[in-house]
Amino acid sequence: MLPRGLKRKCSEDEAPAGPLQRQSLLDMSLAKLQLCHMLAEPNLCRSVLIANTVRQIQEEMTQDGSWSLPGPQTAGRSPRDRLVSTEVLCCSAWAGPAPAPDPADLASALQAVPATQVPGAMPGGPWDRAVPGESQGGFPRSLDQVFGTLESQGPGTVEELLSDVGGSYCDLDAVLMGVVGGAKSGPEGLETFASVAAPPRGTGCKADLGELDHVVEILVET
Amino acid sequence: MLLSLPALHLQTSEHHPLFQLPHGRLGPWCSPTGSPAPLSCETGCGEGTWILVCRLLVPTQVSLLSMEEDIDTRKINNSFLRDHSYATEADIISTVEFNHTGELLATGDKGGRVVIFQREQESKNQVHRRGEYNVYSTFQSHEPEFDYLKSLEIEEKINKIRWLPQQNAAYFLLSTNDKTVKLWKVSERDKRPEGYNLKDEEGRLRDPATITTLRVPVLRPMDLMVEATPRRVFANAHTYHINSISVNSDYETYMSADDLRINLWNFEITNQSFNIVDIKPANMEELTEVITAAEFHPHHCNTFVYSSSKGTIRLCDMRASALCDRHTKFFEEPEDPSNRSFFSEIISSISDVKFSHSGRCIMTRDYLTVKVWDLNMENRPVETYQVHDYLRSKLCSLYENDCIFDKFECVWNGSDSVIMTGSYNNFFRMFDRNTKRDVTLEASRENSKPRAILKPRKVCVGGKRRKDEISVDSLDFSKKILHTAWHPSENIIAVAATNNLYIFQDKVN
Repeated sequence: MLPRGLKRKCSEDEAPAGPLQRQSLLDMSLAKLQLCHMLAEPNLCRSVLIANTVRQIQEEMTQDGSWSLPGPQTAGRSPRDRLVSTEVLCCSAWAGPAPAPDPADLASALQAVPATQVPGAMPGGPWDRAVPGESQGGFPRSLDQVFGTLESQGPGTVEELLSDVGGSYCDLDAVLMGVVGGAKSGPEGLETFASVAAPPRGTGCKADLGELDHVVEILVET
Repeated sequence: MLLSLPALHLQTSEHHPLFQLPHGRLGPWCSPTGSPAPLSCETGCGEGTWILVCRLLVPTQVSLLSMEEDIDTRKINNSFLRDHSYATEADIISTVEFNHTGELLATGDKGGRVVIFQREQESKNQVHRRGEYNVYSTFQSHEPEFDYLKSLEIEEKINKIRWLPQQNAAYFLLSTNDKTVKLWKVSERDKRPEGYNLKDEEGRLRDPATITTLRVPVLRPMDLMVEATPRRVFANAHTYHINSISVNSDYETYMSADDLRINLWNFEITNQSFNIVDIKPANMEELTEVITAAEFHPHHCNTFVYSSSKGTIRLCDMRASALCDRHTKFFEEPEDPSNRSFFSEIISSISDVKFSHSGRCIMTRDYLTVKVWDLNMENRPVETYQVHDYLRSKLCSLYENDCIFDKFECVWNGSDSVIMTGSYNNFFRMFDRNTKRDVTLEASRENSKPRAILKPRKVCVGGKRRKDEISVDSLDFSKKILHTAWHPSENIIAVAATNNLYIFQDKVN
């Protein structure tokens, strides 16, 4: 019934979800959102439904007070502010994560650890395709940085790492194998990552904007 | 943003002979009470006897071979049907639709192909063959495209096919993928002109100096050829994925709906359409609801409905305003607090909406139920049918493996007395609205003997499993019946199971 290799995470019982089940459901939903936005063109209905589910879980967790209390450095903020904006999570890979979600915030959503920063709203909205001419804002980290974090961190931050991948379609299996395998898969996993990554991005943002300008020029002239 | 896309290479069709299973004999059938069940073709019978008419398969490789009508179908059966390597993903059927008379049955697949089957005509010699469908025409409707601006490939999968009512000798249908709707003309040619003066028989031009006599070209019979030609291409009007098309009862317009917008087209005009519904929020971050299906009223050309991912249906009247963002009627059932869970919204998302033939009701399909609504009552459905309620305790797993997002369709029978929808394990369900009886049947290759009578299936929900029952945990969730169709006037149904098309009919004496 389940795809091979995926452990059954949630219980079959539909009784009111305990905090643990709720957390695992949240993790699963966030992972789904990230994965589905790695696709060339995500299914909008599916993304909306998952995002609504995430929002619902977060609201309930807030009401229950499951979110950890703020530390001194964030005194004065209500727990709601630290709810990871689902729009940030849903950021379309094409639109380019701009600004890229702060890893600390995503980690907080996953592990209920106090966040130190509230992620800003995404300009232009995550659902939209990038309109040429619109500022892309942030830009993906260089692949080196991504690979670096891959080696050092465990699967717990899969979601934040996957969000950095460029806008191309990725072989999900290869990515999952490469990432979750962690240090074990070593160069193999990274190679897979590299082989399916987007066409090499030059110096990051400037190259992207240059490309877009070029495309816009072509469009305008035709 | 409108883009011009590269020109598409379109092929015409060829006539393919039947690919069919050999015949057997009818067997006896008894109702659960032990006495022979009454036949009720007119009124529709949810729990009546259904027999397999034929199982049709048009895999890519087979269609390239030329096959005679007389070939021993048993031989073909053995070599092709059992060889799974012939079934490719491109052959997965993605839509099924009878035309308005039921004479033609169209299927669309993931590979962008449309296959049209035609009903065998009744003949005195072979009475059994009446009711079977032969391949009539095959053509490539959509090709994969590349959107250069977004660097995205546009899938060629046919999402929907809708027939136009027949107005002359040719047949017309609309087929759509995620972005482009096309109007196809399917016509027969059984004569060709011969005896041109300026061309010879091969079509080469003749030197006028060599012509000494003139003749009048005549039409001579030829082998029947069925041609499909694209007559209109309606492109560049949808930013999001088209999920529905619906022909208006005025036969001059039709609508296409994507996740956030619905456009109205005139068949004659391809370079513009009217936007009649737009639910895209100004700030996309506020998006919480999408359009999932839309359909015109069968008789009132100004009325249509569209369903949403939040389980609501809106009925709109185009006379009220140009942009029908404000609905005339709003159908929503209040949530059952006892059944509330994190999955409540997902399972309430409507995957299909269909007007009854009478136009008095609409039927909606969400993940676990089928509901019938009276147009005059907005606050709750008049009937609710449980399709597979035993899945309610498995929602978490189904969310994990994404099955919870499967979009099942639902159909009415010709008299609106029976409704049908699909489920998992190649099961499909029929509900008789009058007798309140329901039946679960299976479209499977194991029971594929022709004229085999379908045995009602049952899912065991707990406790002791009886001999013929199947337990919930044994269900195959990769075998899902998403697309079904019901003949407009007779009890003949078409059920699509992956790359197989099953045609069943009610047993007739």
